[in-house]
Amino acid sequence: MNPFGNYKTVISARATDKEILKKAQDGGIVSAAYIYGLESKLLDGVIVANTEDGFNAAPKVATTPEEVLNAAGTKYTVSPNVSVLKDAVREYALEKVGIVGTPCQVQAIRKLIKYPMGFRHTDSKIALVMGIFCMENFSYEGMKAIVEEYAGIRMDDVLKTDIGKGKFWVYSKYGDVKSVKLKDTHMYEQKSCHICTDYTAELADISTGSVGSPDGWSTIFVRTEKGEAYLNKMVEAGVLETKNIEDVQPGLDLVQKLSLQKKEKNEKEIAHRMELGLPVPY
Amino acid sequence: MVRIAHIHMSGCTGCLISLTDTYEKLLDILGSVELVYALTLADEKTEITETDDKILIERKIPEGIDIALVEGSVCLDDPHAMDDILTTRKNSKIVVALGACAASGGVTRFARGGQMSQPSHASFVPIGDVIKVDLALPGCPPSTESIVKLLTAALEGDMEYLEPFAEIAKYGKDACGCDVIKEVINKSLCMGCGTCAAACQVNAIDMVEGKPNINSEFCIKCGICSAQCPRVRFPEIIRKLE
Repeated sequence: MNPFGNYKTVISARATDKEILKKAQDGGIVSAAYIYGLESKLLDGVIVANTEDGFNAAPKVATTPEEVLNAAGTKYTVSPNVSVLKDAVREYALEKVGIVGTPCQVQAIRKLIKYPMGFRHTDSKIALVMGIFCMENFSYEGMKAIVEEYAGIRMDDVLKTDIGKGKFWVYSKYGDVKSVKLKDTHMYEQKSCHICTDYTAELADISTGSVGSPDGWSTIFVRTEKGEAYLNKMVEAGVLETKNIEDVQPGLDLVQKLSLQKKEKNEKEIAHRMELGLPVPY
Repeated sequence: MVRIAHIHMSGCTGCLISLTDTYEKLLDILGSVELVYALTLADEKTEITETDDKILIERKIPEGIDIALVEGSVCLDDPHAMDDILTTRKNSKIVVALGACAASGGVTRFARGGQMSQPSHASFVPIGDVIKVDLALPGCPPSTESIVKLLTAALEGDMEYLEPFAEIAKYGKDACGCDVIKEVINKSLCMGCGTCAAACQVNAIDMVEGKPNINSEFCIKCGICSAQCPRVRFPEIIRKLE
């Protein structure tokens, strides 16, 4: 089983900008790429999962670095980023759009590029597809249950959430740090995530996630020529600090382990659903 | 030379506009095809019959069409339309239902007659209800890019790419926003990407708490939401990057 899909290179990196690192989930790769794109005119707009009231997430078309920074950080709830793609092209008149998504959302983007039936003059405006590692996602109400009922922090008070070391971590604006065992969160997972066998956003131009790199750093897979050219420009501009993936801990083995875990578990679920006569994507 | 025809049934010409909107890409295609019939795009092929009391000028759908792009639904109450669609099938190797009306009835599903200038015209059905359709491309109208991609694939005989369109031709006649509810949400497949909402050309889909909410009052039954959904169908061909 191929754990990562096709890729050209894999590195460990983090943003050099302190402002980005302060707000970002890990290495700030998506924020750095977006802000660099907007400032260098490689992109004229980007789609972000914006932080809304009550720590909800909703897609937003961002055209300034401030808007990108404001949306930094992972929300672990659904932000239907593709839903605003056509608005970005039509209403914002963007010519070079950057879009980020979970692996399933990246699949949706690749499908609409290949089969742009209802996407007139849209696919050619997608300048960069970024993907983030993802094991599964929670519905907003599900996440609210985890945060409020298990961790005991009000959604309005959440500063940051994180998944690591087998736990779901909640950081409040007032300095509290609470954690919930991941096994207590499983029941709130979207069941639709359980038929997804893509952990590392295998169809993105550039995929990134914290797993495999040290705290505060991210692992980056560069998959396409477009992604390669973009990342090289970022490194040349000094936006990213990079390391060889072989030189960091815990390294690629952990990414491989988690990726294969997701694939094996969810392929079983796919087989199970087929046995029941339920449809699966084909 | 591949012979292509654009056949106009009960449609608004939006699909034809989308076809012509391909600009230079259309020129590439036109280089390898012969447009044998396309009202407004090419000269009309007419047949003139002269009798003692009148001269009859008729448009004739030509024979030997390789790919017929049919726009619009069929009006069952209109003998002329019925004649045209049957002739199109008889004279064509591949019939493509171009756009929502031809593929699934689209907005003409809501027609119920009693309107000028043809008050007797009340029944409109997707062309697949009357003839066998090989490929159906939903959309109101389908994007210019998708028309070019479909035509290019048809010219190259790329059956792998065309397969989803063959499937929509087979099963997509009753398309509706509720397909997303039935086939995706009800089946625990929706992960909330928002593609359906972005694809919907009449803004009938809102994303509420990350999931599509279908406003059936607005839905025109074009089927683009489920056709575009990555969780209904995800052809292997999409996995090939670059």
